[in-house]
Amino acid sequence: MKSTLAISSIIFTVGILTLPIVWSDNDFRWERIRDNSSGLATTTNPVYKEECGSCHMAYPPGLLPAKSWSKLMSELEDHFGDNAELDAQTTQSISQYLLTNSAEQTNSRDAGKFLQSIKSGQTPIRISDIPYFKYEHDEIPQRMVTENPKVNSFSQCNACHAKAEQGYFNEHEVNIPGFGQWDD
Amino acid sequence: MKNTILLTTLLSCFTTGFAQAETNTVKNLLTVYSTQGATTADAQQGKLLWQKTFTGKGEFVSRSCTSCHTKDLTQAGKHIKTNKQIKAMSPSVNPQRLTSVKKINKWFKRNCKWTMGRECTAQEKADILIYIENESKF
Repeated sequence: MKSTLAISSIIFTVGILTLPIVWSDNDFRWERIRDNSSGLATTTNPVYKEECGSCHMAYPPGLLPAKSWSKLMSELEDHFGDNAELDAQTTQSISQYLLTNSAEQTNSRDAGKFLQSIKSGQTPIRISDIPYFKYEHDEIPQRMVTENPKVNSFSQCNACHAKAEQGYFNEHEVNIPGFGQWDD
Repeated sequence: MKNTILLTTLLSCFTTGFAQAETNTVKNLLTVYSTQGATTADAQQGKLLWQKTFTGKGEFVSRSCTSCHTKDLTQAGKHIKTNKQIKAMSPSVNPQRLTSVKKINKWFKRNCKWTMGRECTAQEKADILIYIENESKF
């Protein structure tokens, strides 16, 4: 009798413990769980935030592969038309942060999709040029983004994804300024 | 009451601290610029340069310091491309301005190159620095 009770308790405990794993199969929960763990939520480096975030959103490093970050960091003198030169020490420090947190290094599903969609011979440095980015945004009309003065460009992730800088791009939480919630 | 006095004292300490840091930073940089060929810093010249328009390549052909920082140094500016807000340049409204040599060097290098297509001369940097520091008088 005692042993039956013990076995039942063990089965019950194991059941309770594995419940979250079963739940996490659900797509939406996966996003939450991953976001709460490592995911893309890595825009934490103070040097990166200060140096890059003073002109634009500090993009989560998991959105680009290492080869892209390397290329971008070696061309700061012409950074999408702006001069973003840094001294050697700062460049080195930021590069190291970006490379250790690049798309290959995170276990986030989003980062994986970004990575997989890039053809092997290509090194995109603009996140919005990545095929998976385009795929996710192809239904959004110009008037809501490029022609919308409150958004201006697809580069302003945080205009519609309020938690973009925290690496959170859940499609159920998209809010386009002037147009409201977007849910496809 | 005691709290208010304490708070006011603390606040003035901070403000004085920034003001002191700003005065020292500008003074030190002007000394450096003088060793690089700059004569007396002229705020009026700094203002003219700040508002001068230059011709660049690509997306923004017409460029000026005011493209991002506006003509009014006490107002916040906006990055011409990303639209990100840039805090006011004047130390009179933004006490943290002109308190870090490293930051000043960094932004002079980048922004002179972008705006004018070359680095600023020591004289130009001296003029702009003194203009930003004393903008309220111009």
